[in-house]
Amino acid sequence: MATSHEPDLSFSRAVQAESGVPISRCYFCQKCTAGCPVAFAMDLKPAQMIRMIQLGQKEALLSSSAIWLCVNCQTCGTRCPNDIWLAPMFDTLRHMAIEAGYAPEPTVYALHRSFLDSIKMWGRVHEVTMLMEYKLRCLANGLPLFFRDLPGEMVLGSGLLVRGKLSFIPERVKGLSQVRALYETEAEEVSP
Amino acid sequence: MRYAYYPGCTIETTAVEFGRSTDAVCEALNIELVEIEDWNCCGASSAHNLDHELSLRLPGRNVGLAQKEGLDIVAPCPACYQNVLAADLRLREDAVWRGEMERMLGFTYTGQGRTRHLLEILSEPEMLQTIRGRVKRPLTGLKVVSYYGCVLVRPPAITGWDDPEHPVRMDRVVEALGAEAVDWSYKVDCCGASLTLSRGEIVGQLTTRLGQAAREAGADVAACACGICQINLDTRQAGEDKVPAMYITELMALAFDLPVMGKLYGRHTVDPRPVLRARGLA
Repeated sequence: MATSHEPDLSFSRAVQAESGVPISRCYFCQKCTAGCPVAFAMDLKPAQMIRMIQLGQKEALLSSSAIWLCVNCQTCGTRCPNDIWLAPMFDTLRHMAIEAGYAPEPTVYALHRSFLDSIKMWGRVHEVTMLMEYKLRCLANGLPLFFRDLPGEMVLGSGLLVRGKLSFIPERVKGLSQVRALYETEAEEVSP
Repeated sequence: MRYAYYPGCTIETTAVEFGRSTDAVCEALNIELVEIEDWNCCGASSAHNLDHELSLRLPGRNVGLAQKEGLDIVAPCPACYQNVLAADLRLREDAVWRGEMERMLGFTYTGQGRTRHLLEILSEPEMLQTIRGRVKRPLTGLKVVSYYGCVLVRPPAITGWDDPEHPVRMDRVVEALGAEAVDWSYKVDCCGASLTLSRGEIVGQLTTRLGQAAREAGADVAACACGICQINLDTRQAGEDKVPAMYITELMALAFDLPVMGKLYGRHTVDPRPVLRARGLA
């Protein structure tokens, strides 16, 4: 267990090893935070997270909602003067959080899970059934979460429907067994 | 010119305007798109979010399927493009993984054929010349900001065909159509992508700011080359003065005077026709 005067280097080494990202190079210029489009909504900012990895603050990082808000836009890594690619670092933190049983950001996790299930089901994403699963997963997290975005979703959904931008019939690939075989290393389901 | 075409899951649904206009424009430019048979979803952002290995395996299957023809792969969706590019790179560089994939999926990786984004091939210098020659109705007076979004030009080490901070190749296409390419500071700012469903309020803030920035620059429309950029701008901007988001291929179809455009305007939430009419173009 890390103490305030003795940083736990094993965590920082593990993140660097899994992600391949040289996190120890960071000298805290904070360009990543300055350019991040979603930093305003994050509980921890990108540069802050790198510093916390260096200091071994595993608990705070893996329980943060920030790791689930990164949209992989790659602005941070493109601008980093030390060639630190934060996107794979975020992927690693999410995997570690899932494995260690930390609760993920519920709607973000529910969407990604439903998306991957849809590919496993059809080989291609089928929006209508994927969104139904997503809403059921939100419901499993409680009524407030189910209703939170519902009015906006109804407007969006009906708008897309009227404009012929949603299809009710899924497209199924012929080599579905191949696609499903690709899932054999799949990370286990967690309950947010 | 022939390409192995990887259309992606959204091309017949939420990005149907992109698909239809791409088909029509490529036909007009004698670009033959041979659809990869039985392609599957690339995993988009969900696979790498939850499972790094899966995020390379899913697009890896598509690279395998495209090997038969030995053609360059072309994708209109930047997420598809980016994922296939990453899988191709891994197949090229990691012999152990390549062997695993070849065994599992029954193909032989030849390394022939590069992965390219549609905008990359449409903005080659010779192609711009062909485009200029094909324009029937120049988009004179129309002010257009080019909106690249994120993964089209990033990370530069694997994309590499345009500047990651100030890309210009979409502007060159806009100019070839006779429109005015307007400079702005938000070309490569992200729209919030897949958060549109799970954290819609974040995407609302980002797209509203993008729309305001486009207006401040004096733009009539924002040109997009990404299905998620377009639908986020089209459906998530707030306020009275929303900027219409049109695919670059729609602007091309308009300038080429192709009949397909008549069927596509109605698919937009923010209808581009009023501003086009004001410029005498619709």
